[in-house]
Amino acid sequence: MALMSETALAGRSGRLSALLGLADLKHGDRAPLARAVIVLLAAFTCLVILGSLAIGPISIPVLELLPHVPSYVAGAGEHVPDGVSARDWIVLMHIRLPRVTLGALIGAALAVSGAVMQGLFRNPLADPGIVGVSAGAGLGAAAFIVLGNSLLAPVMALLGIYAVPLAAFGGGLVTTLILYRIGTRGGITSVATLLLAGIALGALTGAITGLLVYVADDQELRDLQFWGLGSLAGSNWQKVASAAPIILVMLVCVPFLARGLNALTLGEAAASHIGIKVQRLKNLSILLVAAATGACVAVSGGIGFVGIVVPHLLRLTIGPDHRYMLPAAALLGACLLIAADTLARTIVAPAEMPIGIITAFAGAPFFLWILLRKRGLTGL
Amino acid sequence: MLHSTIETGTALTADLVVEQVSVSAGKTRIVQDLSFHARAGEVLAIIGPSGSGKTTLMKAMTGDMPYSGKIALAGLEVRGLSPEVLAARRGVLPQASQISFPLNVAEVVGLGVTGVRRDRSFRARRIAEALAKVGLTGFEGRSYQDLSGGEQQRVQLARVLCQVWEPLPQEGLPHWLFLDEPVSSLDIKHQVQIMQLAADYAKRGGGVVAVMHDLNLTAAFADHVLVMQGGRRLAFGARDEVMQAGLLSKAYDFPLEILTRPGGGRPVIVPKDNG
Repeated sequence: MALMSETALAGRSGRLSALLGLADLKHGDRAPLARAVIVLLAAFTCLVILGSLAIGPISIPVLELLPHVPSYVAGAGEHVPDGVSARDWIVLMHIRLPRVTLGALIGAALAVSGAVMQGLFRNPLADPGIVGVSAGAGLGAAAFIVLGNSLLAPVMALLGIYAVPLAAFGGGLVTTLILYRIGTRGGITSVATLLLAGIALGALTGAITGLLVYVADDQELRDLQFWGLGSLAGSNWQKVASAAPIILVMLVCVPFLARGLNALTLGEAAASHIGIKVQRLKNLSILLVAAATGACVAVSGGIGFVGIVVPHLLRLTIGPDHRYMLPAAALLGACLLIAADTLARTIVAPAEMPIGIITAFAGAPFFLWILLRKRGLTGL
Repeated sequence: MLHSTIETGTALTADLVVEQVSVSAGKTRIVQDLSFHARAGEVLAIIGPSGSGKTTLMKAMTGDMPYSGKIALAGLEVRGLSPEVLAARRGVLPQASQISFPLNVAEVVGLGVTGVRRDRSFRARRIAEALAKVGLTGFEGRSYQDLSGGEQQRVQLARVLCQVWEPLPQEGLPHWLFLDEPVSSLDIKHQVQIMQLAADYAKRGGGVVAVMHDLNLTAAFADHVLVMQGGRRLAFGARDEVMQAGLLSKAYDFPLEILTRPGGGRPVIVPKDNG
């Protein structure tokens, strides 16, 4: 219907180009293109998930096994289904499926957090990993890894598997609030101040984490070090259960911020002029980003650059409209992280490379490229 | 019909009433004890030298800065109104607008189209109409950030127009336009066109308040003029009362004279020629 009336409006535009959304593009309407990209990304994400489940030191026939999953779950997971190799089944259900699920959730959360933070700070370089939010979350998590059995044992006992995610959330929230206070004045965020404040906060949290390392024993030290590099190794359903609720809440809430974030593109004053409650938008965004970043950091450590690369690529293809960019970012983020994780566990098999190394290898040059491109425009 | 307003006490609800308003930034008083009264259906120009508090007064009236005193828009105290309620009553054009992400022109203008978000053909039509009004027909797909300053200003005006499209809605109170130096970055043709657009909006029943730097455009298009100096009201009244050589020279602390055109028409304000 909408397409037809657009065609009528365009007059000369042919039906075929209208169907492809090209006529709309001429009128500056990128929505049909964005919708098409989202559908493609969704299909692609399914493919990547299937591929990642199948590939590894042991190849498993995913398409044959997956139909058994619902009945297995419904039967409380007691027995390996009939006619299925027990080895394949265990690899799928206890190793790959939780890992891919976690990868999808974390990829989506990191990409969406990046997009929201960039919208909030009105800058494409803002990212939880770069401005120190992840470091703050890391400090919270590290405190529990090291002190969970001693000083913080009562809290640990009270919160159970949610202790580390909650501590990471707290660390991330405090860092974000400090950053916003320092970096934003009169509704305008200074990127230079933001990045410098991020460095300072990173150094500070690093120093405190260093203190924790100093008092840690050998096992805790190993945990800390490996966790700090960022990895999905050791994924299990318990980790999924601890991170999934927070991330899902964030993914469900974030579309409601889209209109506000779009308006914020004009600046805080103008956003308010068109009816947006800016302070509430900012509070909600900060809360959601800190929560999701905390959950990600707690279960997977410092996986960087997903939050920079994904939104930037999407802005280049479908434009910055958050109504489409946020769902697209969730899909592309999930895709990229699952793909990177598949690479991480196959590239040096049977050993594993921390996924954070891979995302940094790909993401850091990309970040520099954005900086160089922007330098010409803003004289950053 | 055009001025159908409801009386509440002394103030007409369609009006903008400013009474004894003071605005401070930190410890400095920027606007002091200022009062005036503007009517829908007219263009009010606020003039005065740089630093006289014009923009600050504007920010108080648009709800962006806290103030003491009374500012009532259509009978409602601005201080207590939520962004949504204010947005339904008035549009605001800021001095200059930089956007943070590469939206295209249609997307920027579309931010002003509220309420009927789902109907895409309506949106597209409204955006095209608004762009036509500011002389930017066919700019929909262009990147906002690649436009000149003047073009950006006109795109922003189109966005504001979309927000308060009907100057005087069939049911309800008039809409208001608050324009902060709407034409300062435009060339002379577009200066006149945009001021014509504002005057037209007022003629059709809407209210227009514009901070102006250009005295000649003020003389040509304003119905009422508020002259500010040092945060205070130096003069307020109908255009022809206020736009006098003596008063303006005093306001700007600079000798000005008013020339009449040979064929009649609007007077021209120029620096006094001592040669």
